[in-house]
Amino acid sequence: MQITESVSAPAKCWSCGEEVADGQPFCGSCGKVQPPQPANYFAMFGLPPKLNLDVPALEKQFYRYSRKLHPDVHARASQQEQEWSLAQASLLNDAYRTLKSPLDRTKYLLRLEGVQFEEDRGPNPSKVPADLLEEVFELNMQLEELRQNQKMGEDDPQLRRDLEGAKDQFATQLSALDEQVRSRWSAWDEAWQENDEAGKTVAKEAMTALLQRRSYLQNLVRDVDQTLGGS
Amino acid sequence: MADERVVGIDLGTTNSLVAFMQGEKPVVIPGEDGVNLVPSVVALGPARDGARPAMVVGNGARTTLLGAPERAIYSVKRLMGRGVEDVAEELKFFPFRLVEEIQPGEVLRIRLGDAEFTPPEISAHILRQLKRNAERYFGAPVTQAVITVPAYFNDAQRQATKDAGRMAGLEVLRLVNEPTAAALAYGLDRQKEGIIAVYDFGGGTFDISILKLHEGIFEVIATNGDTHLGGDDIDNLLIAIALDDIAGDQGVDLRQQPEAIQAIRQAVIEAKIALSSQSLAHIDIQLPQGGRYSRELSREQFEQLIQPIVARTLAPCRDALRDAGLTPDQIGEVVLVGGSTRIPLVQRLVSDVFELPRRGKQPRTELNPDEVVALGAAVQANILGGGSKATEDMLLLDVTPLSLGIEALGGVVAKIIQRNSTIPASASESFTTGVDGQTNVAIHVLQGEREMAKDCRSLARFDLKGIPPMSAGLPRIEVKFLIDANGILNVSALEQRSGKQAEISVKPAYGLTDEQVESMILDSFDHAEEDIHLRQLVEARNEADTILNALEKAPSSPAWQLLEPDERTEINALSAELSVLKQGDDLQALRAGTEALDKATHRFAELMMDAAVSSAIKGQTMQSAGDNLGQGPTAPHPIAQAEFIERK
Repeated sequence: MQITESVSAPAKCWSCGEEVADGQPFCGSCGKVQPPQPANYFAMFGLPPKLNLDVPALEKQFYRYSRKLHPDVHARASQQEQEWSLAQASLLNDAYRTLKSPLDRTKYLLRLEGVQFEEDRGPNPSKVPADLLEEVFELNMQLEELRQNQKMGEDDPQLRRDLEGAKDQFATQLSALDEQVRSRWSAWDEAWQENDEAGKTVAKEAMTALLQRRSYLQNLVRDVDQTLGGS
Repeated sequence: MADERVVGIDLGTTNSLVAFMQGEKPVVIPGEDGVNLVPSVVALGPARDGARPAMVVGNGARTTLLGAPERAIYSVKRLMGRGVEDVAEELKFFPFRLVEEIQPGEVLRIRLGDAEFTPPEISAHILRQLKRNAERYFGAPVTQAVITVPAYFNDAQRQATKDAGRMAGLEVLRLVNEPTAAALAYGLDRQKEGIIAVYDFGGGTFDISILKLHEGIFEVIATNGDTHLGGDDIDNLLIAIALDDIAGDQGVDLRQQPEAIQAIRQAVIEAKIALSSQSLAHIDIQLPQGGRYSRELSREQFEQLIQPIVARTLAPCRDALRDAGLTPDQIGEVVLVGGSTRIPLVQRLVSDVFELPRRGKQPRTELNPDEVVALGAAVQANILGGGSKATEDMLLLDVTPLSLGIEALGGVVAKIIQRNSTIPASASESFTTGVDGQTNVAIHVLQGEREMAKDCRSLARFDLKGIPPMSAGLPRIEVKFLIDANGILNVSALEQRSGKQAEISVKPAYGLTDEQVESMILDSFDHAEEDIHLRQLVEARNEADTILNALEKAPSSPAWQLLEPDERTEINALSAELSVLKQGDDLQALRAGTEALDKATHRFAELMMDAAVSSAIKGQTMQSAGDNLGQGPTAPHPIAQAEFIERK
């Protein structure tokens, strides 16, 4: 998907009639808050949909925009402007929060590209990555044993240590995955710059696969945490 | 529209304050008694024939608390936005007299004497007292306010506070988190840059907030806390020990005797306060039923006793640091807020958790910890009221303290807005139907960090109604959740396939409906009367001022010497009397006093007039004679000058 194609024709400022750039939350000439549009977080900050991003510059811009959009600034404006300010400020905050986090930024971009993640549904046995099958099987056995112990009011320190160990190991894998995702950013950015559809697809699929594995591991860690914490 | 002053209010567990921005500086507005702190105690006044008893707030109510505890209530903030099943713990320690038949999910009702009140109504009486104090101070009505709440207050507690404001006749422009308000007061000199932590340990609540300060922007990075942890808990511990002692030594069980408990409470609070500056305190209580309780408490013993309570504040500090992704040595300054931070042990433990001693630093305490929150509220009130030189460029970016979620299959919570998200924040979720032709979908919204719905705080159950009948799974209802800048949740829904704005009925858990709040607005008739009274009072004061100002320079006027000694004595006595009346609220007396002084100075005014005319004849221009009349020793009657000009 091309971000630039998905945005409608330039709008006019409701107050001064000047053109407002695509996705811009306020008018460039008179500074008035504009009615909220379907949001594209990159466009909101006037950024191309690339993954390598200057976070300190983003923060600066976030502060600058906050001074224009925050409801406090419009506390004495008309009811309508106050409503727009609330909507735009929440969009701005959501956009900033998403873009400043490497993981959320990547997922957001992939979602814009039509990727769907299954991450919120918990581990799905049919989708266990092949190379993790054995480990996951063993882990689930241990978790089950721990739950049984907890029901009986027993404690097996060795089992707890094993699970803590497994958790640490998964956590290490998680940060390794983060690094791998990050290493694909440039491939995407370059393909986007060159308008290289094939290159974009390759980068996209690679990142999606990594992120799906990541969310699988993340859920495992959460399960272990919950079971350990529940005793 | 006249530029009305917006005030900042700290509605505290123990004390409440109102402040406003005077020029470049926030100042606290004292009450009628000249004291800045209004104790958050509300009492039902003595019964009056035929009329409902009046409500007493503050120090007056404190007297009732000792003499007739069943007619008074303190620490009502602990009950705001809570249900009967939340407060079991509180009821063990606080003499709250709840109405018996309250069901889970219902708003609490408290009995004072034979009347019943909800917690927001009690708070509204405190707010109205503060509003009156401000109106007396300004001599003008006050209808808009910023009110502070603990950062860790949930949606229901915030809504209850906002409702209280409305009942008191105040438009609540913003709810501001207490530690953030304190940071605003500290950060007024805009040189401040870097990361600070605000540790706010008050009477009933504990908050920790970590902020980044940059060019006037106050960005909260993380917040944590405990809305039921404060100085009250220390008091209750000491009371419990005293009751045990008395039971052991004297064989008397005072647990069911509210008067005795209040006497003990007062004594242990005094001891607690003394131990912040002394190493030994004496507790000596004359028990209402005769007998005496007397013991000494050293600071060491005291610290040992309260250590577990104070230590409960440390885990939230560490959690906030973790959420902010910071280590203790990245915190540049730690600001202490709330009366309980005067306790030396608290200061030591906070210093340790932020590793201040190792870095050669000390916590910041230069602003009065009881007042700093109100001062910060005044700063935010000024920003919202249009700003001033002192507050230009200042902007507060706060966060939501708790994650927002929706109950999913199996009672699991799906988080849609994470805690510590900058507010306003929003999230959209799609819902569909599970049965063919289904026209309603129920949504359960929760707040909290736990995985299961039963462990989180239920905020509301929504019914999405009027969904067009379709096959199961076909409708797509887009629900938008928006947490506004007050930290309060707003919900709207849209059925996407039909494009219809779905009708949503919201049933707040533990909240009052709009209609209920409307019906509880404090006597609006009484209020209108009060407003008129206030305006008349202001006018009468102005009139008194005019005459008194004019008389101030009278003794240096030649006309003064022409008066009989008796006349001079009378004028002096009457003007002294009027100066006193002017401070009070008695409109009739004030008018009578002004009239009496006016009458007594009538001959003086005439003599002045003659003097002015004769000096004009002596060669002074009429113009300068008229000028003199305006500034110098002059007739006390505003009308005199007009008469003079007429003669011209």
